[in-house]
Order: sequence, then C-alpha cells, then structure tokens
Amino acid sequence: MDKIWLIIQREYLTRVRKKSFLVISLLAPLLLAGTTLGIAKLNAPSAPDEVAVYDASGLDLLSHLVATDEVRFVPAVGATPAQATAAFQKARPKQAALLVFPAGFTVDASQGVQLQANGNVSLNRQLNIRKAVNKAVGDLKLTRSGLTRETIDNLKADVELSAVNLSQQGGSKNSVGATTAAAYVLSILVYMFIFIYGVQVMRGVAEEKSNRIMEVMMSSVKPFQLMMGKILGIAAVVLTQFSIWLILSYTITTVVAPMLMKPAKAPVATTAAAKAPAAASAATATTADEAPALKAPQPGTSPNIWSVLDGLPIGSILGGFLFFFLGGYLLYSSLFAAIGAAVDDQTDAQQFMFPVTIPLILSYIVSINVIINGDPNGPLAFWLSMIPFTSPIAMVMRLPFGVPTWQLLLSAAILVGGFLFTTWVASRIYRVGVLMYGKKVTYAELSRWMFYKG
Amino acid sequence: MPPILQAIDVHKAYAAHVALNGVSLDIPEGSIFGLLGPNGAGKTSLIRIITQITGADSGEIRFRGERLNPSHIGHIGYLPEERGLYKKMKVGEQLLYLAQLKGLTKADATQRIKGWIDRLDLRPWVNKNVEDLSKGMQQKVQFIATVLHEPSLIILDEPFSGFDPINANLIKDEILELRNRGATIIFSTHRMESVEELCDNIALINRSRKVLDGSVRDIKDAFKTQTYEVEGKGRLMVIHPDFEVLEHKERENGHFYNRIRLHHGTTPNDLLRYLIGNVEVHAFREQIPSINDIFIRRVQETMPETLETANALL
Repeated sequence: MDKIWLIIQREYLTRVRKKSFLVISLLAPLLLAGTTLGIAKLNAPSAPDEVAVYDASGLDLLSHLVATDEVRFVPAVGATPAQATAAFQKARPKQAALLVFPAGFTVDASQGVQLQANGNVSLNRQLNIRKAVNKAVGDLKLTRSGLTRETIDNLKADVELSAVNLSQQGGSKNSVGATTAAAYVLSILVYMFIFIYGVQVMRGVAEEKSNRIMEVMMSSVKPFQLMMGKILGIAAVVLTQFSIWLILSYTITTVVAPMLMKPAKAPVATTAAAKAPAAASAATATTADEAPALKAPQPGTSPNIWSVLDGLPIGSILGGFLFFFLGGYLLYSSLFAAIGAAVDDQTDAQQFMFPVTIPLILSYIVSINVIINGDPNGPLAFWLSMIPFTSPIAMVMRLPFGVPTWQLLLSAAILVGGFLFTTWVASRIYRVGVLMYGKKVTYAELSRWMFYKG
Repeated sequence: MPPILQAIDVHKAYAAHVALNGVSLDIPEGSIFGLLGPNGAGKTSLIRIITQITGADSGEIRFRGERLNPSHIGHIGYLPEERGLYKKMKVGEQLLYLAQLKGLTKADATQRIKGWIDRLDLRPWVNKNVEDLSKGMQQKVQFIATVLHEPSLIILDEPFSGFDPINANLIKDEILELRNRGATIIFSTHRMESVEELCDNIALINRSRKVLDGSVRDIKDAFKTQTYEVEGKGRLMVIHPDFEVLEHKERENGHFYNRIRLHHGTTPNDLLRYLIGNVEVHAFREQIPSINDIFIRRVQETMPETLETANALL
C-alpha cells in the first residue's frame, strides 16, 4: 500500500508540476468561455432574413406572409420575374432570397414557386420560408371557404406549456433548457476527461516500457501496484484540474463578471449556465410570434448566472458526476493501460485503441439522441445507463433530468463491478506485456496472456 | 557459510520454449557469483524469478533458508541488462523515488544518495533531468539505484556493457568494495573472460540447463589437462614415454616454445627434472584452461550439437 502511495505521488507530482498543466488549468476555462461566447455571438439570430416576394398570381400573397423572428417579407421590385431577379441581385446581401410566385399560381395549384438565392439556401431558412408560405396559402384557403379573418384568428389555439419537474423538492421551476444544457455539458466533460486522461495513462505505460525502466520497477513493486498507482495518480490530476476549473469559473462568474457587467462570460463548467438563460427563454416562450429575441440576461439585473442552476439538484448532479466520471475513468483507463503495456511503441497502439474508444464515442452519440432528444427515462436510456461501458456518459446525461435512486445505485454497483473486471483483465495483460519486447501482439496473444500463471 | 540463495530444481516454460529446466544452484553468502552462459540460455529468466518479477513453474527459491517472498524485495538489488530510468525526472528525485520503493525512509535515502553522488562524481548532475546525462552517467545513476538500499544480494546483468574502460574499472572497484562489506553479488554475463578475475563461484547455463557450477578454482582444477608450457633453449627430445609434446615452436637463436602434456602418473617435477637434464629452462608454467574453454568443452561433452551455436554466440 505504501508503494502504491509513492507511485501515486510521483505520477501526480510529475504531471502537476509541468508548466503545461498550469497553462491548461488556467487557460482552458478562459479559452472555452471565449469560444462559447464567440459561438453564441456568431450564432445569435441577428435581424430576420429579408426575403423579397415577387407575386404574379394576383392573390396578394405578400399580405398573408407573416413575418417571424427568422424571416420577413418585402415586395420585390420590378414588373417581370427577370426584373425582380435583377433587382434582387442588386439588393443582395440585404435581401437573403427572392421568392417568386408564378402567374398561374393558385391556392389549389400551388406549384412552381421558386426560391432564388445566390448559393445554396440553408435548410433552416428554407423551412422557415416554406412554413410561412404554407401558412399564407392555408389562410387563403380558409378565407375562401367563408371564414373571416377574425374567425381564423380565434380558431387558432395558443397553449402555453411550461415543464414542471415534480421529482425535485422545492425547486420545481427549473427549465428544460438548463437541464438539457447541463446534461450536454456534463456528458461532454465525462467523455473528454475519460478520453484525454485514459490516453495519458496509456502513454505513461508505453513510456515506462520504452524507457526500459519497467524491469527495475518490477523488481521493486508488483505490476498491479504500478498500474493502479499510475491510474490513481492521474485521476488525482484530473480532479485537481477539475477543481481549479470549477473554482476559477465560479470566481469569474460571481466576482469578475458582475464587475464587467457581462454575465455571459462563463468558463467551461458554466457553459451550461451560459446557454441556459437563452435556452430557457426560448423554451418558456409561447409561440414564435411572441418570442423575445434571444438575449443574454440584462446587464445588472441577473449578473449571477449560477442562479439558473438553482432549480437543478446540484448536489446529486455533482456527486453523481464525480462518481460516474471516476468509475468510467477507472474502467477505461485500465484498458488503456493494458494497451500501453501490450505494444512496443505508440504507433502500434492504434489497432487496440479502436475497440476501446468505439463504445466511448458511441455511448456519447447514442446517448444524445436517446436521452436528450428522446426520453431521458425510457427503456433505452435505462439500459444505456446500466451497461458499464456506456453508463458513465449516459447516466451523467440523465442526472439533470432526475434519476430514480434505485437506478442510480444499481448502475453505480454495476459500474464498480465493471471496473473491477476491466482492471483484472488489464492487470493480467499488463503483467505479461510490460516485459515483452519486440513482439507484434495480436488479440489471440492478448487473450492467452490473461491465463498465464505467475 | 550457508548459501544466501538456493535454487532448487527450478523450471520455467514460456508458450514457445523452455527457459529453465531443473536448474539448482547454491550461491554462497559474501561471494561474487558468476551466472554464465550464452544469450538466451536462461540467465535472465532465472534472475527474473529471483527478483520476483515472474514466478517459477515449479521448484523453489530460498533466500537465507526462507521461501522467497515479497519481504525479500528490499534485500535484493537488481541492475537489469536493459537499463532504463525516467527520462524527465531529476537524478536526485529519481534515486529517492527508487530507494523509497525499496523501503527506505526519505531521510535515510537522502543521506545515502548524498554519499553515493559524491563517490561517483555526480554532484553537478543531481538536479539535471536524466535525459540530459550522457549514457555513462545514466549508467552510474542506475548503478547507485541498484545498491542504494544496501541489499545483501546484488544482481548485476551485464554490468559493464555501456561503460567506458575508466568507468568500468570504477564500477568494478565498487563491486569488490560491496563484496568486502559483506554483500553477495550475482554477476550475469555471456562474456566469460570478463568475470574470471572477479568471480569466486560460477554456474554455467546452456540451453535452459545448468551444465557446470562450483568455485572458479575447483572448476579450473577439474578441467586441467596436465599441460605445461615450457620455454627455453636447446634441443628437446620429441618422443618420450611419460609425456607428449602437443606443440613445438622453434624460435631464433635455438630458443623454443613447447606445450607438453604429462601422461598419467607423471608429475610436473618429473618433467622438470627431465628438462633440466636436457635443455636450459627459461619458463615453466601450467596451462590453466579459461572459463571460456571450459564452457566450450563442457558443452561439447554434454551436447555436441550445440557447440556451433555456442561458439557463434561467444
């Protein structure tokens, strides 16, 4: 036990004392905050697209095309389609596209509508415009059937839906936006950390092997001690880094941000929060017509962006995050350690990394579709969060939505079992691999190593 | 003196080949023990079992009469043939780390590191990263790491490879000094001539079997061929019932060089007496076989087909 402790210390200190550790610990939050902010700025819906409408149908479609946040319609200049096109070419880029209703266009024969633009029109823009056109034609049809404008307006349902989470005491007011954002960010963190630090474990082992210090070490400590010491030492590095990021982002957002009156300057851990207000307002907004423009919170009014997280079960999320991250890290990094031990140099590692990284990447992609875009408590989500290879990501993604305690405990137990198993497998391979040089290792070979004695 | 280490009928097989086939050894305490044999004979396998890096398939290793167990790790120092250190670690820290892993306290280790650093002139390098040191320097650091915890059994696998002659002598002196202070040293090498002068006892291993062991003097005695080298002046009678001239060289001015083997029952004094009566003797010495010769002869006797491989390797 003493020896493991010494190894942990060495692994930890050599990494933490590196300049690169300090730089990443300090810069990453700023960089991430900057990037997030930049993307948000670029992505922020600016003025709605202006679409010129040339209407030869005589149905006065322009008056029926309703402007939204995304798109508004103006009459095209010119008497013929060609003139309209020419005028549109001149008006670019102020006008995003030209919508041409041909002369024969009627509500019943609604073919031949053209959307002209330079370059491809993005799918989103097309959808917005099509929605508006469909609505306009639909209105016209309704009017033709004898309904007045007023009746039509009255007929439209306008129900506001606000999501209330009953499973959380008190703070039932949390928004789906904050929850979703938290789910995204936490699972990205787990994915990133497992991957980055798992590979570090692999590199560390491969380095010891190619340094040829392995034999000296093996004559002092057991292979298992060396492997676990490295894995745990690097885990401590991750936790340190994570704490620094958390503290830094908290400081920046609660102390620095209010001073700057720019609350959205949030580092990594708070990207959730940074996204949250925007998403929240979108989610609680009623219909697109009434939705306010997506804005950062008003300067001065809500400088503490952490308040968005108030509705979330922060304690259990953080605890769960730590547990599932560590569990997942232990599970995957022991496999990475085995890879590092099995190969002679890192270029050979690729073929073995593939099967280890696939479940990691898949569980992230599948989880997003199943949990965030699907049902966070559905059967698929349940199974994803039980299988130890996917549960670290899937369960963390489910956490903000609230997970029944029995499922948490069951998943945690399976994960512990999982990493005990992978650690066992890894240590069998490691033990043989670290002293094996100059041999191209195959999967068949690896499976034999597992059953070597002594 | 009871042996510090005993190997009793040790077997070890890997998937493709047998590394050790019933090897038994006694290593006397306080001696320098040469573990000799060509590459691939099984030396490293035996060492890895002694250092508890791997286990034997069957058989037993006893350290001071006790079955080998993890508590002995701190009493054994091992310098592997493949040298290696953490390249990005400072010399001092590295030594401290390795010593602590062998069970030394921080204070003890620091104290001893200081002593060794001064002895081997490494003072200016203590705070340098290992990768900044020359290969010879790194070897010195590694040597210190091997003996820092004052092990009673020190295993050196090809200790002189990579050292220049000056440093090799330095290390040789350190090895003798360690022996004089009571340590037992196992010296593994395939370069037999390099250890003859150092070793008290040897074991020859070939093709996973021990082919010979004992004290260097006994072995040489046993392999003596009753052959004497004679140098002198005059004419020597070529045929004699009591001895046989194996080699005769005429040199200038009536000088000669002869290799003469005594027949059974003849003593060197008989030969000498005969020589004195006939020629002027300038030199008379027994031809002692080198360990290398003995090894080749031994292998030839036990398994003639391996001789070519052995010769190729030596």
